[in-house]
Amino acid sequence: MRKILLAAALAASTSAVMAQSNSTIRIGLQDDIGTLDPARSGQVVDRIVFSSLCNSLVDIGPDLKIVPMLATSWSMSADNKTLTFKLRQGVKFHDDEPFNAAAVKANLERSRSMPASNRKSELASIDHVDVVDDYTVAIVLKAPDAALLATLTDRAGMMLAPKTLTDDAGVSTHPVCSGPYKFVERVQNDRVVLQKFAGYWDADKYPIQKVIFQPIPDSTVRLANLRSGSLDMLERLAPSDVAAVKSDKNLNFISMSGLGFYDLTFNVSNGPRAPKAFKDKRVRQAFELAIDRDAINQVIGGGIFAPIGQAIPSSSPYFDASIKTTKRDIPKAKALLRAAGFEQLNVELTFGNNTVSNQMAQMLQAMLSEAGINLKLRPTDYAAALNASTKGDFELLYLGWSGRTDPDGNLHQFVTCKGNLNYGRYCNPDVDKLLDDARVKPTLAERKPIYDAAQKLLADEDPIIYLYAQPWPYAMSKKVQGFTPYPDGLIRLRGVSIKA
Amino acid sequence: MLRIIANRAFVAIPTLILVSMMIFGLQKMLPGDPVMAMAGEDQNPQVIATLRLKYHLDEPVPVQYALWVRDILQGDLGASLRTDVPVTKLIAQKLPVTLQLAVMAMIFAIGIGLPLGVLSAANKGRALDYGANVLALTGMSIPNFWLGIILIFLVSVKWQLLPSSGYVSPTENFWLSIKTMLMPAFVLGAALGAQLMRHTRSAMLSVLRSDYIRTARAKGLLRGAVVVKHGLRNALIPIVTVLALLFGELLAGAVLTEQVFTIPGFGKLIVDAVFNRDYAVVQGVVLVTAVGFIVVNLFADVLYILLNPRLRRS
Repeated sequence: MRKILLAAALAASTSAVMAQSNSTIRIGLQDDIGTLDPARSGQVVDRIVFSSLCNSLVDIGPDLKIVPMLATSWSMSADNKTLTFKLRQGVKFHDDEPFNAAAVKANLERSRSMPASNRKSELASIDHVDVVDDYTVAIVLKAPDAALLATLTDRAGMMLAPKTLTDDAGVSTHPVCSGPYKFVERVQNDRVVLQKFAGYWDADKYPIQKVIFQPIPDSTVRLANLRSGSLDMLERLAPSDVAAVKSDKNLNFISMSGLGFYDLTFNVSNGPRAPKAFKDKRVRQAFELAIDRDAINQVIGGGIFAPIGQAIPSSSPYFDASIKTTKRDIPKAKALLRAAGFEQLNVELTFGNNTVSNQMAQMLQAMLSEAGINLKLRPTDYAAALNASTKGDFELLYLGWSGRTDPDGNLHQFVTCKGNLNYGRYCNPDVDKLLDDARVKPTLAERKPIYDAAQKLLADEDPIIYLYAQPWPYAMSKKVQGFTPYPDGLIRLRGVSIKA
Repeated sequence: MLRIIANRAFVAIPTLILVSMMIFGLQKMLPGDPVMAMAGEDQNPQVIATLRLKYHLDEPVPVQYALWVRDILQGDLGASLRTDVPVTKLIAQKLPVTLQLAVMAMIFAIGIGLPLGVLSAANKGRALDYGANVLALTGMSIPNFWLGIILIFLVSVKWQLLPSSGYVSPTENFWLSIKTMLMPAFVLGAALGAQLMRHTRSAMLSVLRSDYIRTARAKGLLRGAVVVKHGLRNALIPIVTVLALLFGELLAGAVLTEQVFTIPGFGKLIVDAVFNRDYAVVQGVVLVTAVGFIVVNLFADVLYILLNPRLRRS
């Protein structure tokens, strides 16, 4: 009898150990998380944590199609001004409050009205929100907004428990959402810990019990932690480590081209530092022709810096396949410069200082010099680069954008005359008209030709040189199974498990 | 006696005021804007304007300084601009981490530096002395971060002996905490140990040349007893002074070590805060550090007076 008991106890303890080994995933992040309030968040890395912690109204699939999440279906009225959502029933927040139409209204109102909300401009087209019944909510728009649905897949559509909404400091330090994992603790610069929420509506699809996010900014150290087994997975592997991870028999490498891009922005007319030469599109085209994107991809990118020639990602249905990435052509670049009246050109390149951007700047310097363009390098830290770009304190700017699902988010604010992120102040009424128009047309069929036209114009005018698509390279232990990458770079843990 | 201490404390006040002004002023001279860093990718002008108002960043710098000092006097160091966590809470969270690292590093430094220094002084001009000197020079010349990364690769990745980075609180799991801190403490302690070894060696050499050592040896005492009992004891006084000075260097070195080993301590807190222009955190942390230094100095002053009666009359 005692033997049997002992055996049972042993079996129980081994199964407990196995459950334990399958229960926790430790994910290394490139940056520390900012605020944990979806309404205030302004960093990509925040979204990686949010995707396990909070549910939004709708989500995207790997093909960028909008799929149900907290809303099960939606419809747009005939005048394109009322977006009605049918909500999932039986959903609970982590504090057991029920999810319903009133909660949606309260959340959207908060994101629209809170003074420090980073979601205000994303939700600017909303006039008001109506609670139709407990599980139906209608968003009434001031004017048609084709990008709104895609916006609601992100932080603008994330729902917090209504009782917590009035305590802004509380939300940013311990958010109460309705996602598959609930918040346990956060130690700044060290970790964010989430625990599985047993009451989640889709709980059986999440085998992992505990998620620990650890910010480790140094990519070498991040990889060392993965190799030593202190991490199970990491995001944004350094391009220079791709080959090493691929050849490591204990690790898997998965990469995906993201929604975002890295680009060179010309200061066309922002303040007194804007070089006269940049007003001439032939000069801008000469830069484009002097750059060899394939060489950048091979030398710096480790093969994951997919060359691009437009702002819309290739995963998007709005991608214009007819726009080809420019091939390097030095004689043509020189000819264009000469036609514009320049034999030699001296330009300063401003960039946020890190390993990859430093390599990039040096490579650009070498490539451009062959066309007679002397690049002076000005590395700054990120905060200073941000300041310089807004103030127009730059000539040429190397910058990245994390990208948005809807094409509007990758184009409108960067190239329209009054665009918020139009650092070079390029202004062309034709581009404005097209991009404004595409915002209010409701369907893909109507919008696609407009974006094609705008992008053809931009490809010729070249106010921004799109260099390569932002990659999302992940490295993970072979034990991690079932991971699917998405173009938005978020780590969705649905179906992910850890083999003991 | 009490009057002297009160005097010294009084002198510390203008120092503190000057330090606080410097912290505030230097930081404002950095290019970059905390509000823009907070507004993230989107750079919404409305948000930027609201935040600037909220944190009084639209006021002239002297007014901002006055507001800050007013809050400090009420015991409020403000909250992180980025995460809303109160600065006092952040400091309470991070300070023990860095102290643990510093203490463990000090143990390494003393454990390596002191015996090596004594041995090489006692064996001056012999192979052991040269060996120890080469070791010390190597220890001083190897950059902290390089040694750290190499150790992570060897000890954690290849041999899988110790955790590669992070931090575990000793109250949570004592042995794991010590194990996690072992490598960073060694990295930080190695360079200090090398310096300590050189100082110990020269202090010992000058003591070992003195008359009473010769007398002790002439009396027929054992060589080891003379070196340790008569030599080291007297050499310790300058060594302790050096140790106190090295402790400051230790805190500075911790900044880099914490970056390499991703230890969530004071150093990492301040570096991240500087990059994000999180003024409240930078100011709070630097101020607390400055106060710490002033207090330690005050303490040292008092100690000297206690140890050396001749100073009491001045």
